[in-house]
Amino acid sequence: MIPTVDYIRILPEIVLSIFGMVAMMVDPLIRSHDSKKPLGIIALLGVLAGLAATAIQSRYYGDAFFNTVRVDAFSIFFHFVVLLITLVVLLSSFDYLEVQRIKAGEYYALMLFAAVGMMLMSSAIELVLIFIALEISSISTYVLAGFRRQAAESAESSLKYFLLGSFATAFFLYGVAMVFGATGTTNVYRIAQLLNTPHSVVVYLAVALMFVGLGFKIASAPFHVWTPDVYEGAPAPVVGFMSTGPKAAAFAVLLRVLFATGAPGWFWLVWVSAVLSMTIGNLCALVQDNVKRLLAYSSIAHAGYLLVAFAAAETTGISAAIFYAASYAAMNVGAFAIVAHLAGKGERYVSLEDYAGLGRRSPLLAATLTIFLISLIGIPITGGFFAKFYVFSAALQSNLVGLTIIGVVNSAIAAYYYLRVIVYMYMRDERVEAPVASVPAGLGAAIAISLIATIYLGVMPNQVLAGAIRAAQDLIK
Amino acid sequence: MNYINHNIITIVTFLPLAGGLLLLFFPRRDRDIRWFALGVSLVTLLASLHLAWHFDHAVAGFQFEQNLPWISHPVIRYHLAMDGISLWLVVLTTFLTPLCVLISWRSIHERVKEFFILMLLLETAMIGVFVALDLFLFYFFWEATLIPMALIIGIWGHGRRIYAAVKFFLYTMIGSAFMLAAIIWLYANTGSFDFVVIRHAIQTSQVPDFDSAAKWLFLSFFLAFAVKVPLFPLHTWLPDAHVEAPTAGSVLLAGVMLKMGTYGLLRFNLGLFPDESQRNAPWIIVLALISIISGALVAMVQPNVKRLVAYTSVSHLGFVVLGIFSFNQIGVDGAVYQMLSHGVSTGALFMLLGMIYDRRHTYEISDYGGLATPMPVYATFFAFIMLSSIGLPLLNGFIGEFLVLSGAFQARQVYGIVAATGVIWSACYLLWMYQRLFYGPVTNPANKNLTDLDARERVSMWPLAIAALVMGVAPNLWLHFIDPSVAYALTQFSNGLRACAPASVHFAQALMQVSGR
Repeated sequence: MIPTVDYIRILPEIVLSIFGMVAMMVDPLIRSHDSKKPLGIIALLGVLAGLAATAIQSRYYGDAFFNTVRVDAFSIFFHFVVLLITLVVLLSSFDYLEVQRIKAGEYYALMLFAAVGMMLMSSAIELVLIFIALEISSISTYVLAGFRRQAAESAESSLKYFLLGSFATAFFLYGVAMVFGATGTTNVYRIAQLLNTPHSVVVYLAVALMFVGLGFKIASAPFHVWTPDVYEGAPAPVVGFMSTGPKAAAFAVLLRVLFATGAPGWFWLVWVSAVLSMTIGNLCALVQDNVKRLLAYSSIAHAGYLLVAFAAAETTGISAAIFYAASYAAMNVGAFAIVAHLAGKGERYVSLEDYAGLGRRSPLLAATLTIFLISLIGIPITGGFFAKFYVFSAALQSNLVGLTIIGVVNSAIAAYYYLRVIVYMYMRDERVEAPVASVPAGLGAAIAISLIATIYLGVMPNQVLAGAIRAAQDLIK
Repeated sequence: MNYINHNIITIVTFLPLAGGLLLLFFPRRDRDIRWFALGVSLVTLLASLHLAWHFDHAVAGFQFEQNLPWISHPVIRYHLAMDGISLWLVVLTTFLTPLCVLISWRSIHERVKEFFILMLLLETAMIGVFVALDLFLFYFFWEATLIPMALIIGIWGHGRRIYAAVKFFLYTMIGSAFMLAAIIWLYANTGSFDFVVIRHAIQTSQVPDFDSAAKWLFLSFFLAFAVKVPLFPLHTWLPDAHVEAPTAGSVLLAGVMLKMGTYGLLRFNLGLFPDESQRNAPWIIVLALISIISGALVAMVQPNVKRLVAYTSVSHLGFVVLGIFSFNQIGVDGAVYQMLSHGVSTGALFMLLGMIYDRRHTYEISDYGGLATPMPVYATFFAFIMLSSIGLPLLNGFIGEFLVLSGAFQARQVYGIVAATGVIWSACYLLWMYQRLFYGPVTNPANKNLTDLDARERVSMWPLAIAALVMGVAPNLWLHFIDPSVAYALTQFSNGLRACAPASVHFAQALMQVSGR
């Protein structure tokens, strides 16, 4: 008999699954030429209910379902992050789907299912369940990436993501199998107890394999090659989703796997991957002319900064990583909401050239995008600045001077390409005027939420940071 | 009233920001926006004069202190305060901003709202740099100056504005990235971002690994500030930024933002790393001397008058650095004074150049000549300000340079001798420039019918001219604020230099009697 409290511990996942299924069932009731917006509303309600469920859940810390799920400050934090990302992406999708004439109700359902997977990733403490959650979220996003059916690059994006993604999850599974072989259990905290003995080669191999699998999901170099193509082809709101949600969730898993288990031998893996991600991401971004590709490389670079926090380790490093994931989500999801809006029908306007003169044509959108870009650079009053600051201070506290210097130099280089977008928006005159539609209410709300979150994290980071620290303490307890 | 007195420093800092945010919601009626921006900047000026009025100049330490918790982990405090050094830099900022609003009245006619919002944001950030005592907060404001300035240059600038804006941004950004690393290192090893706490920890040698790291920390801070000053060979962004920036941008850049660099050197490099400062002083002074001489020589051959004035900044700021790294009372006093007086006279020069640019849309010296005939008032103002910049006795430039040179002589004679030639050079290039611009017959027919300064332009020039004169005849009005704070800042430099402090006070007094007090 499973006690009721166990169900509360997966309540947000249940709520979102139900709403997702309802959305799928309502879908056939809407005539094929009508707008699918009601489904979006259902999904939105689902997310709000999910937020409420998470709030309820936060009073029921503990394990559930035979120690496969754990509700703690860590999982709650990531639940909120994932749900807020989904909320913003949903809001920005309404109008996008209308403009692109994508009439598919599954879109909203898939988004909810993806969110379910991500949330479960953050609360699962059983490697097999983690794998299942990973698959739930991945398969949904594979499909979402291909939603621009008319566009060849969207199909390419979906297929590429699918093939490489499955390949990578296989690595992860292989790693899980090896851990099981070495310890005889797949429970993260059991593993932690059993790993105290001297480590065999198998354990090191397992850590490396799992890192490869998750490295793919977080788009860290050298497992990043898929990112630019996939981001370029996928629908812009979905890219906003993919570059933040699954990434945050995969980071959550990585944190659990590396730190809660006390796994050995990860340091140099993380170190090298961090340096490569930052450097490759930033250098490649310098020469991009497509905004989506530019943000794809920037996302690789940001994965690198996050890994710096991993390398710093222990409470400060972990909480810095958690905070970084949250503020990266806020600014990136906002940036992509704007990019999605500006892209117009068929995503025609995504090159830097199309952003020329935007400051004149649409001052408010340009100003907001500027703030997101400033945050991505890491300039004060934005969350991006604090996040970077925490990461580097955690790294220095752990005496990673070399890594910090590489990171700092990288973030200075990065300023250039973000600045380029700002330069185009404000200082170049347009050659061909890309039309800018007025901002619909849903998108406005999406942008406002991410803007407020970005500035809030930059000016009053206290509360979120306290949450991140609690989460970190719970994780390594 | 009590509330205002307690929070005055916050009010002064954030008034412009509040004004800028209000401006966001203004309808796009340019006239109202200009008046509002002027109003906000004037109120800020008044509020900052309140600071000067209530400042107790007998106290060497920090005043109007506000120290509140901001972020609990890591421990970052909202710590603002000012001493005699930062007080006048703040007032300089609030003094120049309304004038910048006035000078932009007509010349900025596109995206007026954005321009004034950015200018007010910039003002808050600049004031913040001078009053922040928490290193984190300092860095916060320091970086916050970047974006508004880069946008002002890039949007409202002239021909190669984008190149100049990006260059300005990247130079500063890369320089300050290292400073950030150093700040974080200090936090990691002291557990605080507070300048006062860190200084105390360093003085009492409670910082682990400090001896091995001090050199790198010093260099990291130095790099960030040297880019800003700018010190040879990091000065190459400056001429581009100045030439391309709109007038108000140049005025704030030269008038205030360059001082952020020298202020940083004085406050942080000298304050936190006195031993390293002394160890590195020789090569820094050599760089300062090169700046003085090369800035002057390069200025001399510029065909573009704005570029010429930009290079004079390199030369004049070289004096400031020289004064700071002479580590004696008179030299540092002079450096601070020179910062203020450079803000006034170079700010005024850029405003004057902006006025002629509004009429003729060129900065090429060869396009002018004989301007004194159609524009006598303009020529008079120009001559006056130019003389103050050269360092004519009884005008502001003289005091600063004289004190710095005296300090340099005290530190080592050869420094003084080399630097003193800079004074000659400055007379050369400025007088020669003046001759080419104003004297002789009007060669270019386009200059024949130029209108002289109108009321608004005169109103924006008078305060600067008066300030130049008062600062030249009554330097004590400022020096008695600056003196105790500088003395306090120099207490750490104990190797015999303190012994000559009284002498320098006498010397300064003698000088002041000579110069009119």
